[in-house]
Amino acid sequence: MITVAELGLGQKGIIKEFSDSILPIKLLELGCLPGNTVEVVQVAPLNDPIYINVNGSHIAIRRSLAMQIEIDIQEDPTSK
Amino acid sequence: MSKSINVALIGNPNTGKTSVFNQLTGLKQKVGNYPGITVEKKQGSCKLPDGSKATILDLPGTYSLNTTSLDESVVVELLLNKNNKDFPDVAVVISDVENLKRNLLLFTQIKDLRIPTILVINMADRMSRKGISLDIEGMERQLDTKIALVSTRKGSGIDQIKSLIADYGSLSNSPNLDTSRIAPEYFDRLQKAFPDEDLYKLWMVITQDVNFMPIEKKRIKDATSFTTKSKEELKKLQHRETVLRYQFINSALKETYKVDLNAAKGLRASLDKILTHKVFGYLIFFAILLLIFQAIFDWSTYPMDFIDEQFAAAGEWIKNTLPPGVFTDLLAEGILAGIGGIVIFIPQIAFLFLFISLLEESGYMSRVVFLMDRLMRPFGLSGKSVVPLISGTACAIPAVMATRTIENWKERLITILVTPFTTCSARLPVYLILIALVIPEGSILGLSYQALTLMLLYLLGFGMAIFSASVLNKILKIRSRSLFMVEMPTYRLPLIKNVAYTVLEKTKSFVFGAGKIILAISIILWFLGSNGHSQDFKNAEEIVNQRIDTEGLSPYSQNYIQNNINAHITNIKGEATDGSRLPDPRISEDSLKVLTAQLMERARNQEIASYKLEHSYIGYAGKAIEPIVKPLGYDWKIGIAVLTSFAAREVFVGTLATIYSVGSDEEETIKNRMAAELDETGKQPLFNLASGISLMLFYAFAMQCMSTLAIVKRETNSWRWPMIQLAFMSVFAYLVALTAFQILN
Repeated sequence: MITVAELGLGQKGIIKEFSDSILPIKLLELGCLPGNTVEVVQVAPLNDPIYINVNGSHIAIRRSLAMQIEIDIQEDPTSK
Repeated sequence: MSKSINVALIGNPNTGKTSVFNQLTGLKQKVGNYPGITVEKKQGSCKLPDGSKATILDLPGTYSLNTTSLDESVVVELLLNKNNKDFPDVAVVISDVENLKRNLLLFTQIKDLRIPTILVINMADRMSRKGISLDIEGMERQLDTKIALVSTRKGSGIDQIKSLIADYGSLSNSPNLDTSRIAPEYFDRLQKAFPDEDLYKLWMVITQDVNFMPIEKKRIKDATSFTTKSKEELKKLQHRETVLRYQFINSALKETYKVDLNAAKGLRASLDKILTHKVFGYLIFFAILLLIFQAIFDWSTYPMDFIDEQFAAAGEWIKNTLPPGVFTDLLAEGILAGIGGIVIFIPQIAFLFLFISLLEESGYMSRVVFLMDRLMRPFGLSGKSVVPLISGTACAIPAVMATRTIENWKERLITILVTPFTTCSARLPVYLILIALVIPEGSILGLSYQALTLMLLYLLGFGMAIFSASVLNKILKIRSRSLFMVEMPTYRLPLIKNVAYTVLEKTKSFVFGAGKIILAISIILWFLGSNGHSQDFKNAEEIVNQRIDTEGLSPYSQNYIQNNINAHITNIKGEATDGSRLPDPRISEDSLKVLTAQLMERARNQEIASYKLEHSYIGYAGKAIEPIVKPLGYDWKIGIAVLTSFAAREVFVGTLATIYSVGSDEEETIKNRMAAELDETGKQPLFNLASGISLMLFYAFAMQCMSTLAIVKRETNSWRWPMIQLAFMSVFAYLVALTAFQILN
């Protein structure tokens, strides 16, 4: 299982279907919905919190929450 | 027509809602609180093109109608309660053109409540830079509404909002989403149980923890024909609702909202790289902190000195102009001194909020939260505790109010409880005078001992805040699972107008919030200090006059007079030798006589005042607590000052000035007088290293501020926390001061 927490700087992933009750509704409202792309913009020292761009929303979330968002890693051909 | 139209401004945070509000209402706004809770209520009025009037209510920012905080509940409660006098005739949803998709989620929810809704798309000036193109008419059709394209930065589109509001009658109030699609079978049963009610409103009542009329939560629970679902199932349905809403929004924007990514140029990415950098990010934050401290402690001294002088002059003027009596005294020494004690802090508060609002408006503050969160967490604090802790260096009152952004109750409570440890500006006068008294001059490695001591005291305050936070984190058994999430808004240049409004508003709320208490306390103190029941108090004048006639003035007064006369003589001699005035022994002699008489008179009055204070109510109180403060190295006079400064720390210096009857607040005189004060043995100075350090430590840790207690009570909604805070801080301060004095002595 790969989650947002595993993504490196600049890496992208697509949010997988998740069982309904895990994620807080707030996160969904900001666009964290299955099928949407998540990109890690910046990671704070000690790898927490994580600053992501999901569906155009730029938000910072704690690692514990990021670990609950399951994704498929998207290979970006432009990044190395 | 006389009735004004009720308008509610609603929107996500960071959409420029407040700017729209400011531009619609201008200065015609008032800020209050919703009854019983601490959420700010901002209302203003605005004239519409057709001549009618609109009352605009600026509701707290929210991402959706699914509430997680008090602020958000206010929005839902208002929108569901038709009987509320503020219930909107029309809702104006403010959105940001860059985040339109997300903003529309809230829009569709409000529209589904069947309230006529106007959509404002703000920040239109950013469209070309971001490569965004809109088909407004198409969008109006898709969303079944009217749209105003606005740029608050350029001031365009505001008139269009006004005419849309005036024309609100023509808006459609049919919903965007068919609520029953969320779960057809479930909603079918719900509708059957309450055939007269709107489905979406019923759904809100079921899912939201708010109270409103006319459908009560209880009624739904009691309905036998309808069984509610478990929390888990409801949450599932809410998720489904969100997904459905996004589906609707995506299809509505498919043809009408286009982004050309090649045209988009982003400042965000490059700025973020530096400002949230693992090294530079912290360095920049540190530099900004230094700048803020520089402003609070250096730049603001100029206006503060000015205010101080003006109030002193006004006091003198009142005393000299009005007929002497109780009323004049009350005015000059009670009320005016009290108001002065509040106004003096305005420059620092204003500077602090100037910086905080600049940092917030520009989007930088979210980056600080991001950088600091992990570092604060081991202490039970959040990245969002940084702003309160910085604010605390000016004043704990706005700092405690600034904790409202912290979602997690435990983290918020800990922040509230430890903030008063940070060195607020009211401690500064106390520190400065004590440092000047007991810390020797001289320096080590180019840093003066006195400056080092002050710095240590600041670090001590901050360290104590962090330390007690981590202790509280272990002790407090509060399980609050709430989500930490910070939106990282786009960087923008702050709007001067918004910053000015914020500074004005926060300063006003400080002056009127804390001001009331400080004023009341200084009037009470004045009364207790200028009244007494004993014969000694009533006959103070005769007793002191008699003493002076038989024993002469006190050694301090004699010294003081002698010094002044000597200075005067040197002065005359100096003038004589440099030839600026012809030596005329008669004139010198006369002036000397006048001066001596003046000084004698002044000293006599001061000794009377001092004697009166000693035998006033407060004097007896000071004597009563002397046994308690003696182990700390204080005498009854310092005891009084500690007691009175419970209202506010800075009162300490003023009280000592009165007790030592130096008659003015001028620091140099008080300092000299304090230096001359001897302890009970009469052999060594009362203010020595041991007692001085003990006092400084006491002020570093003690909860000497009524206003903070009042604000903590308001923010935590119970007397429990402020009382625990008071007890803990006082006992801790006492023990530390005791230990310090006993070791050093």
